[in-house]
Amino acid sequence: MVWVNAIIQGILTGGLYALFACGLSLMFGVMKVVNLAHGDLAIIGAYIALGVITITHIPALWSFLIVVPIMAVLGYAMQRTLIQSSLDRGALTTLLVTFGLSVVIENALLQFLNADSHSLGAGSSIITKSFSIGSQIQIAYLLVLIFVVAVVVLLGLQYFLSASRYGRMIRAVADDREAAQMSGIDYRHVFGIAAAIAFGTVALGGIAYGMYSQFAPTTGTDTILLFAFAAVVIGGLGSLWGTLLGGVVLGVAQQIGAQINLSYEVLAGYLVFLAVLVLRPQGLTARKAQS
Amino acid sequence: MTEPKARGDAWTEERGARNERTSDEGRRRLEGAPEASGRGSTPLLEVRDLTVHHGQLRALDRVSLRVFPGEVYAIIGANGAGKSTLLRTIVGLHRPTEGAIVYEGKDMTRVRPERRATGGIVMVPEGRRLFGSLTVEENLQIGATYARPGPWTIERVYELFGWMRERRTQRTEQLSGGEQQSVAIGRALVANPRVLLLDELSLGLAPIVVQRIYAMMSQILASGLTVLLVEQDVSQALRVASHLQCLLEGHTTLEGRPSDVTPEQVEAAYFGLAPGGNGGAGSPPVSRGGLGGIAPPGQAGSQPLWSGSTPSSRES
Repeated sequence: MVWVNAIIQGILTGGLYALFACGLSLMFGVMKVVNLAHGDLAIIGAYIALGVITITHIPALWSFLIVVPIMAVLGYAMQRTLIQSSLDRGALTTLLVTFGLSVVIENALLQFLNADSHSLGAGSSIITKSFSIGSQIQIAYLLVLIFVVAVVVLLGLQYFLSASRYGRMIRAVADDREAAQMSGIDYRHVFGIAAAIAFGTVALGGIAYGMYSQFAPTTGTDTILLFAFAAVVIGGLGSLWGTLLGGVVLGVAQQIGAQINLSYEVLAGYLVFLAVLVLRPQGLTARKAQS
Repeated sequence: MTEPKARGDAWTEERGARNERTSDEGRRRLEGAPEASGRGSTPLLEVRDLTVHHGQLRALDRVSLRVFPGEVYAIIGANGAGKSTLLRTIVGLHRPTEGAIVYEGKDMTRVRPERRATGGIVMVPEGRRLFGSLTVEENLQIGATYARPGPWTIERVYELFGWMRERRTQRTEQLSGGEQQSVAIGRALVANPRVLLLDELSLGLAPIVVQRIYAMMSQILASGLTVLLVEQDVSQALRVASHLQCLLEGHTTLEGRPSDVTPEQVEAAYFGLAPGGNGGAGSPPVSRGGLGGIAPPGQAGSQPLWSGSTPSSRES
């Protein structure tokens, strides 16, 4: 029964990881940007949420209504300026720029705020509680909520990409940027939209993480970025549902590891990550390796 | 405008020889051509002394051309002659080192590619360049995203290519080469271009498929498009073109109307042979574009696959 509990907890945590990972996957899939600042963006989202909650006293749960649009606008602006100009200089430059961005964000947070851990208290609403199945399985409403949010976000993203005009343009630009230009599409604008979506989803991830756990300026690279990478690699690049699957596999591996020995939690996740890299480098869901 | 300087000896010497050969009507046109524009009033698209470098390599060397409304302007030349570079520079995918691209009287040289496309310069690129993970219909929808107003719709493309409607939900990756080329043409058409640039339509396709695609051209041209096409397959280009320009290693070596040039001239310009030399030892195998199959000027117009390309309709 404890194993069943571990698996359930793992699956639910996987939703959180998928929230972190889908933006990373999108930015790589569309503009071939490996965004090393992705985790720090989640933490920025969490800090903005903290500020919004402090000022407006709205419940943490609803802070996303303000935080996500702010981050989306920030994403568009950053893509059109910093990231685009580094993309024009090559893939390596982009990698270095996002790495630098990560360092800058982390140290700016340390400088202007402090190294204290924070949490976005969920208040006294029902989501702080949990329910039990039998005597061994206890499930927090918050984790269920995060998982549901992740599924809804992925469904929405899937629908957006496959059915909307801009989604179609995003896929076209990802396939062949020049051909898209010849159809009159300004790929830089499309990149901006993709970045806005990525920043918006990672902000959701940051808020979810802030409610679920504690965050500090360094949490972004310590934890979130690595988990997001692991989820993307396990699931397979460029596949949204692969991202969810990757998150779930990572979550389950961690929980099972923790069940064996609490100190194995993170290790078990990375062992699965390594195993996938060795045995199935294209990920669990991808049809073929991306060149 | 002055006479373009970058013209090989073949041109000047051949020109004298040809003037004696061609009919009076032909000579009148020829003497006016190309710069004094016996071909309509103002060019729709004009390229002035375009020089393009790929790194150190000079891919185009002061190439000029003027495309008039309603024309089918063919650029021929061997591999590496700079044909594709010319088209890619016109749509804005390469930056010229020197020279200008003027479209509808406006200088487009510094305009971004997508602005040129929405302005009406649309290319069917070499190798088709479809969006492989998108369906046939989605490829057409992308083409129509920023379409100018005009006669072409996705519906009309389905009418032009009968098989396409049934297979519109298939990914273009799963189509054959000829089918992909048709989708690429459809994707360009639904944007309702004023100038349609066709880059090596025949590349990698079976001759029968090429013929079928070129046979569609009459319907496409009837909608009032101007076409600038690049071909390695010279006989195919001569059959459809109303104006011809030959490139060799980035230079213009021949320019004129297909009815005014002889196969020998084309061959000389195409391979850079000495003028008057008709192949012989230096000439590569015939498979190189079917040069042996070029019909004499008189016959070229007698069986037009491409309406609008015959001299008579050009005159009207």
